[in-house]
Amino acid sequence: MFVLACRRLVSMALIMAMVSFLLFLLFESDKLAVAGKVLGPYSSVEQREIWLEKNGYDRSFLTRYADWAGNAVKGDFGTSLQLRAPVADVLWPRLGNTAILAAVVFAAMIPLSLLLGVLAGLRESSLQDRVISVASVLTTSVPEFASATLLSAIFVFELGWLPGTSAMTGGFNFKELILPAAVLILFDFGYVTRMTRASMAEVMTSPYIRTAILKGLPYRRVIMRHALRNALIAPFTVIVLQMNWLLSGVIVVEVFFSYKGFGKLLLDASLFGDIFVIEACTLIAVFVAVFSQFISDIGYMLLNPKIRFG
Amino acid sequence: MDRPVGDQGAAADRTGLARAAASILLLRESPIAMLGLALVLFWVVVALVAPLLPLHDPNLPLTPFKKPLVEAKDGAVYWLGTDHKGRDMLARVIFGARQVLLWAGFATAVAYAFGIMMGVTAGYLGGWWDEVLSFVGNVLLSFPVMVLYIIIITYLGATGFNIVLAVTFASAPGIMRIVRGLVLDIKTRDYILAAETRGETPLYIMLVELLPNARGPLIVDACLRLGYTTVTIAMLGYLGLGLPPPDPDWGKMIAEAQPLGSFAGHMAVIPALAISSLVLGFNLLADGLREISLRD
Repeated sequence: MFVLACRRLVSMALIMAMVSFLLFLLFESDKLAVAGKVLGPYSSVEQREIWLEKNGYDRSFLTRYADWAGNAVKGDFGTSLQLRAPVADVLWPRLGNTAILAAVVFAAMIPLSLLLGVLAGLRESSLQDRVISVASVLTTSVPEFASATLLSAIFVFELGWLPGTSAMTGGFNFKELILPAAVLILFDFGYVTRMTRASMAEVMTSPYIRTAILKGLPYRRVIMRHALRNALIAPFTVIVLQMNWLLSGVIVVEVFFSYKGFGKLLLDASLFGDIFVIEACTLIAVFVAVFSQFISDIGYMLLNPKIRFG
Repeated sequence: MDRPVGDQGAAADRTGLARAAASILLLRESPIAMLGLALVLFWVVVALVAPLLPLHDPNLPLTPFKKPLVEAKDGAVYWLGTDHKGRDMLARVIFGARQVLLWAGFATAVAYAFGIMMGVTAGYLGGWWDEVLSFVGNVLLSFPVMVLYIIIITYLGATGFNIVLAVTFASAPGIMRIVRGLVLDIKTRDYILAAETRGETPLYIMLVELLPNARGPLIVDACLRLGYTTVTIAMLGYLGLGLPPPDPDWGKMIAEAQPLGSFAGHMAVIPALAISSLVLGFNLLADGLREISLRD
């Protein structure tokens, strides 16, 4: 396990270095354009050159990248060109907001999808299986911005129960969190349900379950003691990997409800070409991607002693 | 070998057609697949015949903010109402289907071409081909998809071809992984060994022996991916990174309608239902196909 962790760490560092260098190359090689973004499109070439000199752009491209990377390792991601503030000051509160949203989504989605998945997988092609399976395909097929539209049309404009935006201007308000969370849960629970169902259905057809039933164990005990333990291994990894999906999948929902989270920050930064914010957000996204993969592998290994990664 | 080549080709074509017909008939086994096919076919047919339908010009301003089923001055009916610029919603949804199906199909096809090429090469040739291709694939896969899309589109600009490029970058590694896995399995079969003994070139083996035998899972995956790509294109449109205006784009229609939701709800709900039904079609089709393939 230690070897696996080390190997993952090295490959993560390698990927992060490569990705950040590529991004730097894309956005920072044209210095005058960078100055133009800060000073506005009507600034003269002389003004831009003065700005560049003042901000240390007279160094070569590689030195600038090396300096930035050195600072980034220490947690200093530079200064945002668009917001004129240290990236760290903007990034962490935004990431915190997205984490709150994600926590609400997970807290509701995991019990719901596991329960539905187990119920569906328990009796394959029974009525309850059919209903749950069709419902999960249906909700997964509705893209987030479409379900956000439909839910707002009903709950915001028809019934007037919930606020249509979630900017949290008047402090934290749980009511504003309901619609964004509902959209994400609606989109995502189907996938986890289907994975749980497949896993459960497979376990139910295995010989040891038949043996347990045939030797006369109570049905409830067969399910709780024998089936669930093995059936929940596969969904566990799927759920952990949803963390990765959520971090970038949340962009549309955050934009739709103007929720001040990580995805909105990344989108605004990309549209402006705010390189240091883009770098920081991308590194965090890559980190979450690799880290969640690692957690899911480790968890899979611990839950299923048959599997060992070298 | 001096058999008449032309005849052989024709014969192969006939069996190919017959087999295609047989596999479409196979779909009848699964009501889910039939429903999916019906939804997809509905949109494809509507998109194809759109210029022949008696519709308003989708970019022509008529009367703004008409609700669905309202009669126009000239006696025509706005079946789905009009938008904030007075353009006919029915025409815009239908012409939007043309856009999204065209680009989703094109982007998925290009992504598949690259993914299959990379996957078959990595799987069949192995060695350092496999090492290099798998590494590149893993780097791209560890990139969050949305970040990749947004950076490519904001950097290169929002045009149809850049969307195709972004989709290819994001999907080809995943396709490669599937193809590589299939090829590693098929590679060990006797008929591949036979072809190698006959002295066929690696290119021939990859294209004629390996690829056709890997098609089953790939068709299911392609249906799912068409759905994803449809969502992606509409989502980029929603975020303002989609195809350039004024031609209708479902995602952009929702974005334009969102601030007007309180009094022109139909403007957002109609494109939302349109895209959901199309994606549902692709997903049901994939589901049904998988079910049929598992049954045999």
